[in-house]
Amino acid sequence: MTDYTIRLNVNGKEHTVEVPSRRLLIDCLRYDLGLTGTKEGCSVGVCGACTVLMDGKPISSCLALALFADGKEIVTVEGLAREDRLDRVQQAFIDYGGFQCGICTPGMVVTAKALLDENPDPSVDEIKEWMMGNLCRCTGYYKVIESIQGAAAEEAGGG
Amino acid sequence: MRAFEYREPDTLEEVLALLHDHGEDAKIIAGGTALVIMLNQRLIMPSYLISLRKLSGLNSVDSVDGALQLGALVTHRDMETSPVIRDQIPVLAETYRQVATLRIRNMATVGGTLAHADPSQDSPVTLMALDARVGLTSSGGSREVALDEFFTDYYETVLQPDELLTHVQVPLPKPHTGSIYLKFLPRTEDDYATVGVAASVEIEPSSQLCRECRIVMGGVASTPLRVKEAEALLSGQKLAPELLDKAASVVQEHTDPISDSRGSADYKREMAGVCVSRALEQAWQRALTESS
Repeated sequence: MTDYTIRLNVNGKEHTVEVPSRRLLIDCLRYDLGLTGTKEGCSVGVCGACTVLMDGKPISSCLALALFADGKEIVTVEGLAREDRLDRVQQAFIDYGGFQCGICTPGMVVTAKALLDENPDPSVDEIKEWMMGNLCRCTGYYKVIESIQGAAAEEAGGG
Repeated sequence: MRAFEYREPDTLEEVLALLHDHGEDAKIIAGGTALVIMLNQRLIMPSYLISLRKLSGLNSVDSVDGALQLGALVTHRDMETSPVIRDQIPVLAETYRQVATLRIRNMATVGGTLAHADPSQDSPVTLMALDARVGLTSSGGSREVALDEFFTDYYETVLQPDELLTHVQVPLPKPHTGSIYLKFLPRTEDDYATVGVAASVEIEPSSQLCRECRIVMGGVASTPLRVKEAEALLSGQKLAPELLDKAASVVQEHTDPISDSRGSADYKREMAGVCVSRALEQAWQRALTESS
């Protein structure tokens, strides 16, 4: 079987990759591009650890063929920080204790960033509804919600 | 997963030509959220995967003759957020919103869900209760099939190997009609329903008697289940607990659930009755509110 050439923009950088048809996006990101921040938790799209943004929308990278990302803009957790500092959401997860083991955290942070991009001042119910598909076995979710609220407040404060 | 040839046609005609040439050896992929799992588990091993990613013209919601036409590639997220759907057929927006998680809804499509034909899915149940019809096309022509006649068994439909589901036509609700989709999940919110019920009740506004109703269930048979015998019980009647109990009993007799991790067959049958009763009452209340 032949390989297919795909061109994808990942975290602002253009990449050309040769992939077999069956390559999953998560494996393309982790192995072909060396971006191991995205984690595989369940392989069936339920846990959210593999969340990346495709054209701004959270998707399960374990359920997407790499071919689906051809011509698209992908954002992974590695793409959130600027050269000199972390993204507000990342900083808030540190400041408010939004993670313990960290395995769900890339997915949490990427999904939360998409939320605040769409809704800069979400209510607790809106946070819960948006984040509902990101599972965590450590925190019990309270600090995750506080972190997102903290990031939203930080944004609003213009800090 | 097993290797396959991947094709990404630009036009519907090319898709149909590929289906015509490769039929049984090919699978269509739209959002891929169900299909990729099946490929990973080698439940299916097609030689060709035909992606609909590049097609335009199948991803809009249009008004057509007192109905809404949903393109097959409209996503669940589109359906959940569309102002047109929320305004004109809100029960559909409510149904799509309850599917899985945001990530799945961003990719999974209206048409792909129907072609996948898992009887625990949410949207087929509501669509059937709304008397939806699906448009199927092949290089040989097109046909329309009522959704009640579309599903034949677990993961099986009347779709021929060379056919593509292109759109779903949903009539606008008649006046004095209340509809609801009730998703019963004793486990987590992102799961499939243990039992799902879509109920639609049309009342005669002055007498408040039921003119017509629809009762469709998910998760209780090998396909979405419409129970016409229970619907007939309500016709011409006034809303009353005894009537709902009778309808619930009749529904239970028609269910044929399997025991699985979402519940035993007995439990599902029991809950089918409870949920039908609740759904009918809520749909009826909505019809009464809409009429007042």
